[in-house]
Amino acid sequence: MKILVCISKAPDTTSKIAFTEQNTKFDENGIQYIINPYDEWYALVRALEIKEAGNADVTIITVGSAADESIMRKALAIGADNAIRIDADPKDAYFTAVQIANYAKTNAFDLILTGKETINYNGSQVAGMIAEILDFPLISQASKLDIIGTSLSLEREIIGGLQVVEVAMPAVVSCAKGMAEQRIPNMRGIMAARTKPLTVLPPVTADELTSFVSYSVPNSKSAVKLIDPLNMDELVELLHNEAKVI
Amino acid sequence: MILVYVNSSNGLSKAALETVTYAKKLGNEVVVLTNGKASSESLICLGEYGATKVLVDRMVDGEDPQQLTRLISAVVQNIGAKTVIFSHDLIGKAVAPRLSVRLQAGLIAGAISIPDADGAVKVNVFSGKAIGNVKVSSAIKIISLLPNSIQPEKTGANCPVEETNGLAGAAAIKVISTKKPEGEILLPEAELVVSAGRGLKGPENWGMIENLAKSLGAATACSRPVADIGWRPHHEHVGQTGVAIRPNLYIAIGISGAIQHLAGVNGSKVIVVVNTDAEAPFFKAADYGVVGDAFDVIPKLTAAINKFKESQN
Repeated sequence: MKILVCISKAPDTTSKIAFTEQNTKFDENGIQYIINPYDEWYALVRALEIKEAGNADVTIITVGSAADESIMRKALAIGADNAIRIDADPKDAYFTAVQIANYAKTNAFDLILTGKETINYNGSQVAGMIAEILDFPLISQASKLDIIGTSLSLEREIIGGLQVVEVAMPAVVSCAKGMAEQRIPNMRGIMAARTKPLTVLPPVTADELTSFVSYSVPNSKSAVKLIDPLNMDELVELLHNEAKVI
Repeated sequence: MILVYVNSSNGLSKAALETVTYAKKLGNEVVVLTNGKASSESLICLGEYGATKVLVDRMVDGEDPQQLTRLISAVVQNIGAKTVIFSHDLIGKAVAPRLSVRLQAGLIAGAISIPDADGAVKVNVFSGKAIGNVKVSSAIKIISLLPNSIQPEKTGANCPVEETNGLAGAAAIKVISTKKPEGEILLPEAELVVSAGRGLKGPENWGMIENLAKSLGAATACSRPVADIGWRPHHEHVGQTGVAIRPNLYIAIGISGAIQHLAGVNGSKVIVVVNTDAEAPFFKAADYGVVGDAFDVIPKLTAAINKFKESQN
């Protein structure tokens, strides 16, 4: 079977976030990019587990510039077979989804995996958009995924609970915590990644439906008010009368 | 015309009332669409929050995203809606992007404000470390509202409920079983949250956290290390790679306040930090701090809250 794993770059989780050009552009100065954790830890690793358990070919895809090839090489080092980069700025979720769906359409994937969201834009949009363009079902926020013949058995979060579902392939699955465990690439993987195919393809035209016009950083809090640990009545009084939250 | 999609399978959640209130702030003609078995009597109250009428499709039961997309898309076209509102919950996250493609309508995912004079809407980005202003360039726009970004407001009276049929087709996803714990307060829409970290030393010590949460009527949460080592379930993990929340009150106990954790909670209106280490970085993000041992402080705080609650009755 053929599995496509969509990966996105994201700033390292310890990054301080700032903006430039009158707060219209993310300040990349000093930012270390990583593979978006949901894409790497859950989507990619689960795809590799499926490959190791049987006969699957795992392709990773990203929409981005040549600078993103370092995170793609890491995905190859962890174990993906080949990599596709659509050479374009991922301007918005719809533009990005059109690029990935277009590639998926001509290459007949059985399963398309994404992370449940990116940690930079948090939109949870691309997976659903790819699914709609391809007219595939999307199982979102899945925490368990097993292949049963030509179908998938999944566990997914629902509002306040958990659901076990089945769906026929082809399908799109967005992956959440619980699906797999993070893997650290070993030296053999890193060496092998250097010679694995990384193909660059031009984008197809697509409209942007949304744009970020500016950004801001939340105001920092004023100094903390320290309460005597022996006087919890005072804390309750402040929460009631001053903060008005209880 | 504004269309709000609301899930009513477990009654009307606070998040549902928030979306209707939000729609009312955008315009006067607000139609609410829902599906499933909820009685008409249980839906008429949506009028109080601003709905002019409620449409319900009884043929579609469940939350299959493709069925809901077809249903909502048909209703958008029937009533000529120019704006569609969802809650940015698990259903909104699965359905709104599909609808965006189907209607070629830009999606503002995770909105925390109404549109400003230029039409830009604020959303949380970088997992709560920053706020972005997003604009839509298409004729129809879709907004999914982050839970607990606005408070439900009653402004009107009951409204009519009509049946509709959106020709939603068959569900592709077959539900085998559903597990829903009863009576728990859902973390993403909780107004009060009590959260604890490794400072608690072990899962056996969570009883006092649950007691505190109970005395407040709060949901419980935890830090990532605690979920990773299995002391608490993953769905309680708040932070950059867990759930991002914005309650009115967040009480963090024995959590140092790593930048990844703060990202998920800094939308909270008021933060209380309890930690033995006065140098814990979390104190810099807190409104109120208690430097002390959780094992002493938390039972005292619970007792103080119980005393306060009794005095209120």
